[in-house]
Formats: sequence, structure tokens, C-alpha cells
Amino acid sequence: MNDSTARKGIGLDVLTLGVFLSVLVLISLFLTAKTQDPLMRVHAVILLGAFLLGVTALFMRAASGLDFDQTRYEEGIIKAGVVATVFWGLVGFLVGVIIASQLAFPNIMYNPDFGWFNFGRLRPVHTSAVIFAFGGNALMVTSFYVVQRTCHARLAGGVWAWFVFWGYQLFIVLAATGYVSGITQSKEYAEPEWYIDIWLTIIWVSYLLVFLATLWKRKIKHIYVANWFYLAFIVTVAMLHIINNLSIPIGLTEHKSYSLFSGVQDAMTQWWYGHNAVGFFLTAGFLGMMYYFVPKRAERPVYSYRLSIVHFWSLIFIYIWAGPHHLHYTALPMWAQTLGMTFSIALWMPSWGGMINGLMTLSGAWDKLRTDPVMRMLVVSVAFYGMSTFEGPVMSIRAVNSLSHYTDWTIGHVHSGALGWVAYVSFGAIYCLVPWVWKRKRLYSNDLVEWHFWISTIGIVFYITSMWVSGIMQGLMWRAYNSFGFLEYSFVETVEAMHPYYIIRMTGGILFLIGALIMAYNLWRTARGDVRKGENVPDMAPLPIAIPAVG
Amino acid sequence: MDYDDVAKFAQTWGLVYFAVLFALVLLYALWPGNQKNFDEAANIPLNDGPLENGEDQ
Repeated sequence: MNDSTARKGIGLDVLTLGVFLSVLVLISLFLTAKTQDPLMRVHAVILLGAFLLGVTALFMRAASGLDFDQTRYEEGIIKAGVVATVFWGLVGFLVGVIIASQLAFPNIMYNPDFGWFNFGRLRPVHTSAVIFAFGGNALMVTSFYVVQRTCHARLAGGVWAWFVFWGYQLFIVLAATGYVSGITQSKEYAEPEWYIDIWLTIIWVSYLLVFLATLWKRKIKHIYVANWFYLAFIVTVAMLHIINNLSIPIGLTEHKSYSLFSGVQDAMTQWWYGHNAVGFFLTAGFLGMMYYFVPKRAERPVYSYRLSIVHFWSLIFIYIWAGPHHLHYTALPMWAQTLGMTFSIALWMPSWGGMINGLMTLSGAWDKLRTDPVMRMLVVSVAFYGMSTFEGPVMSIRAVNSLSHYTDWTIGHVHSGALGWVAYVSFGAIYCLVPWVWKRKRLYSNDLVEWHFWISTIGIVFYITSMWVSGIMQGLMWRAYNSFGFLEYSFVETVEAMHPYYIIRMTGGILFLIGALIMAYNLWRTARGDVRKGENVPDMAPLPIAIPAVG
Repeated sequence: MDYDDVAKFAQTWGLVYFAVLFALVLLYALWPGNQKNFDEAANIPLNDGPLENGEDQ
């Protein structure tokens, strides 16, 4: 490790984390001993093991007498974050393929006596793995990279940054093992139970403090727009997570809890959370990624910095109100539904402003689309962002929603955003990061990036087109009446009609997974320092002309 | 103050609040004096050199 220098004494970061982890060891020990709940006991043992490992690692680090080299950027955590992102991505995509197969062929991995791998339990594993494990790690690792580079400051917090990283992985393990064994509070995208929620809150607040402390240390006066987006993401997710998960456990050694909210208030809180998980986790954070990696890769300044400011403030102030569009035709007051719909439509403007800003950053570098598959991936991600932020407002309109709600159209919409935008911008960023932090001149193979790009893109097209057809068909079949005023179709007939589309969707998922496997192989060879022979390598050297930003 | 008062307040003053906020954002973004700073800021990703007193990049 060249990231270390000798140190005198024990740093404040090691001391505070040591004390904190010791307290956590005691709490988890108490929990392991006292709990009567077998599911809680498994988690208590996992917690105890993880905290003991943490204390041991910290002790060994303190005993080695080494400290972080403050004259360098923190890149160890970037490497760890890249590995975690790719690993959880593969897990999430694989589980996605499994549950897509279960929908097409219901007997796959179905066991009535052993529920662990039934659709209902694997589905949250998929959603949490792709959103929080893959997306969350991608956001964390890029935010740690970007905040250092745009502030010219080393990541603050010392070992606390590593606590955030490993603590977040522990949260993922707890959540996933909980889902398969039946621990859930049944709130979409917020399934983990109360004690896992508290753990995530601790991690998240530490993440916020590490990020803020790095900003505080900055040598560049202006806080770059990407950091504003990352900060909005971190702060808002903290707020959403805490409020939506307010609940009372049935006992301090029991896993089960009950929400503080009930009825329509519960529904509204949940979708205020749910939609802003989309708005701030899956959008604002990834826009931060876009505002750094697109200019960096294109070697062009942000097209319009003024637009990026208007983009930021209008996006965050509008998104927070869009949640009620998930509750059209429910007990929610009509004016609140209309408010949600109106704000969703208003979101078109900042979303497309951001898309235009991202795309136009390529002015003068459009040839890279042809020569650099990583640039193409980033640009296609921004195009998908534009497409899904066009589709979303359309679907939020009450009349359209009466057709689209509860159908596969919603699933298709989510995946055009998740696969096309979120995953592609993350892939693009990771393809950039691996050569940068492992200090390699280039990727192992550009041809493999081409393969990844095309296979995945075809997969996405299969996925979203099949879900459009299936979703609209499903919606039309549900509302079809015969001449006597009876429903034309029974529910099972609509399920039967969707079968071919479910197979196409599964195929799309398999293609997307294959693409990700190609990426993992390519990145692994890159990190090892290999270069594939006989490839036409694009010229990555910057062009001599500097094009000033528009405004 | 009952539900209707809260709803009415949200539906009227909320609009004013948003309009004022948006005007302030536009004012900040379009203020001519800020142009130079923003031009420099647009180049920040391209200038992420080594740390001050740092050895590598």
C-alpha cells in the first residue's frame, strides 16, 4: 500500500470509531443473548460478527502504526467501491433474471414448503440489490471520487469513510438475508425492518458528515455542480428514509415493527418516499455523476453552467412534490392528486434541461460517439434519461394513469430509467474509474465494451418494448366490457395473454446480464494491467482546441 | 385551523413561494457578474490536478 505513511500515536478518527464499534459489539452481544426471536437472532449474530471484524481490523491498523497519506487522494476506497458496485450489480441483475423467469414460468424455484426463493421474497432482493446495492455503491464511490477531485481535497474522516463503506455493505447483507427469511415491513423500496433502518441511518449520517467535511476542506472556492447534486441526494435520502420508517417495534429484541402512520397518511408518506427515492436516489445522485463524467470523458466543459444551476434548483424543488401521482383514484384528496400530477408534468422542464446540458457538453466532440464506446454509453444513458423523464410525466396524468397504473407499463417505465439511465451512466463512470484509479493507460479491451454496449442495449429494447405492449394490453383487457356490461376478461385470461411478453422480457434481462458479465471480465483484466492485443485503439489524447462554455 | 385552511394555504402561498424561489434562482444564474465564475466552474472537472503539496495525481 503506497497510501500510507508512518504515524505518531492514534488518530482521533481511529479512537472515536474504536469506541463506537466497541459499544456496537456490546449491543449486538446483548441482542444475541436476549432475543427469543429466531430471525432476530440470526441477524444479531451477523451484526456481532461484523462489529467484531471491524474492531479487529481497526486494532490491527492501529497496531501497524500506519496512517493515510494526506498528500494523496484517497483511492483505496474508490477501488473497493468499484468492486462492490460490479459485484452487487451482477447479483442484482441475476436475481432480476430469476424473478423474470419465475413470472414467465411460475414453477421455477417455487417451493410451497420453503419460501426463501419464492417470487414474493426474491422480488425485494432484486429491487434492493439493483437500487441500493448496485446504484448505492455506484453513487457512493463516484461521490467520493468526484468530491475529492473537484475540491482538490483528500477525503475527510479517515477510517470513518471506510466505516461508511463497510457499514453500507453490512446493511445490504442484513436487508437481503432478511427478505429471503421473511423479515419485511412491506413498504416498497423500504422493506428492511426497524433495526436495519436505524443502522442505515447511522451509516447515512456518517456518509453525509464525510462528504460535508471534504467540502469544508476544499481548495477550490466554488462548489462544483456535481457536488450539489450529490449533496441533495444524501440529505434528501436521509430525510425520506427517517420519516418513512418511523415505526414502533413490538419489542427491542423482536424484528417486527408497526408504522406510526396508517391509512391514507401511510400511503402518502410511503409514496412521498417512494417517488423521491426515484427523484433523489436514482436521479439527483446520478445527475451528479453525469455532470462530472460526461465533461471529463468528452474533455469539454459543461455546456451551460447557468443551465446546470437552474436545472439543480428547479429539479430538487419540484421533484419532492410529485409523489401523489402514485395515488390517483385513491382516498387521497383530489387536489393532492392533482398537485402531484402537476408537479410531475412541471418536471419535464428541469429534466430535459439537464438532458440537453449533458448531451450538448459533447459539442465539438461528437466524433467520440463513434470511436469511444464508453462515451457512447454515457450519451445513451442521458438519452434514456430524457426518454424516461418524458414517459413519467405522461403516465402521471390521471387519464393516462387510469390505463397504465398497476400494469406492466409501469415496470417497463422503471426499467427504461433503471437499465437505460442509472445502469448505463454507472457503467460509463466505472469504465472511466478503473483505468484512472488502477493507473492503467487504457481499458483491457474496447471491443469488449462494444459487445457490452450492444448486447445490453438490445436487452433493454427487448425489455421495454415487451412491457409497453404487455402493459397497455393488460390495461385495456382489465377495462374491457361486453355488451351486457360485464367484464370481458377474467383476470387469469390477462395473465395468460402476457406470457409471450414475459418470455421476451426475460430474454432482455439475460442479455443485460451477459453484457454486465463481459464488463466485469474486462474490468478485471484492466485492473490486472492487461491490454488486449491487436485492437484499434481510439485516440484518447485531448484535442488542441479549447471550446469555452456557452454561459 | 382545520384541514381546509391548511389546504387553502398550501394552494395559494405555495404558488407564491415557488414563483419567488424560481425568480431568485434565475437571478443568480443569469446575473452578469457571475458569468466569469461560472465559466471557470464549468471547467472544474477538466482541471482536477494533483492535491496541493501532493505527489501523484
